[in-house]
Amino acid sequence: MKTHAIALAAGVLFGFGLALSHMADPNKVLAFLDILGGWDPSLALVMGGALAVFMPGFAWLRRRSRPWIGDTFHLPARGMIDRRLLGGAALFGLGWGLAGYCPGPALAALTFNPREAVMFLAAMIAGGLLPRLAGLPSRLRRRRMYQR
Amino acid sequence: MPAPFAAIVDFTPATALAGGLLIGLAALLLLAGIGRIAGISGMVHGLVAGEGGGWRLSFLLGLVAGAGLYVTLWPADLPARQGFPTLMVVVAGLLVGLGTRLGSGCTSGHGVCGIGRLSPRSLAATAVFMATGVIAAVVLRHGLGIGP
Repeated sequence: MKTHAIALAAGVLFGFGLALSHMADPNKVLAFLDILGGWDPSLALVMGGALAVFMPGFAWLRRRSRPWIGDTFHLPARGMIDRRLLGGAALFGLGWGLAGYCPGPALAALTFNPREAVMFLAAMIAGGLLPRLAGLPSRLRRRRMYQR
Repeated sequence: MPAPFAAIVDFTPATALAGGLLIGLAALLLLAGIGRIAGISGMVHGLVAGEGGGWRLSFLLGLVAGAGLYVTLWPADLPARQGFPTLMVVVAGLLVGLGTRLGSGCTSGHGVCGIGRLSPRSLAATAVFMATGVIAAVVLRHGLGIGP
C-alpha cells in the first residue's frame, strides 16, 4: 500500500511538472528541437532542473543500502554501449522529432489533447512489441542489485 | 533555409525550470521511496509485457492525474493541437515505441535518471536521440513544411 502511495505521489509530481514546464506541449518540443531560425531553448532548462535535483539526490542515495520500502535499489545493469542501444536511441529520437511526443508527455497529453495522445500511445505500444515479434530477446528484466 | 539559432523565441525559463525541478523531485522520490527508476517507456513496456509490480500503474495513473490537475487549474495554458497529420503521429509513435524498447529508455530514463547516475550508456543514448530528434524536427518543419 505504501509502495503504491509513493509511486502515485511521484507520478503526480512528475505529471504536474511535465505540464507546468510545457514539456507536454508537442509544439514546444518541436520548437526546441528545430534549431533553424527562431529557437526556443526552454526545454533545456527542464532537463537542467530535473538533473539539478536528481543528480545530488542520487549521490546522497548512494550512501544508503536500501530504499524506504523494499530491500534493494533496482538499477539498470552497467551494460555495453552497443548497436542495439544506439540504434534504438536513434529511432526514438526520430519519432520524438516527427511529432513532438516522448512517452511521458504523450501520457500527460491524454488530459488536453486526447485524440493525438491515444493514437500516439497505441502506436507506441505496438512499436514496443515489434522486437518480440521479430524474435529478439527482451532486455526488460536485465537488472542488478545495487551494491555500495 | 534559415540559419541555426538565428533568434531566441518564446523562451519560458521560469516555468521550464520549475517543472524540471518537480520532475527531478519525482524521480528522486520514486528511487528513495521504493528503489525504482522513473523511466516512463520502461514502465509502459513493462506493463504491456505483464511484468509484476503495480507500482508502474500507480505511477502512470499519478502522472496523468498530475497533468490533469494542471489542466484543470489552467485550462487555457495547454491547448489541443489542431491539424497535425494523423499519419505522422502514428509513424512517430511506432518509432518511439520500437526505439525505446531497443534502446532501453527514453527522455526520462536515460535523459534524467541515467545522466543523473552518470551512466555511460545513458549519456551515449541521450546524445544520439537528441541529435536524431533535431534532424527529424528540422526535416518535419523545413523539409515537409509540417508544424507551426
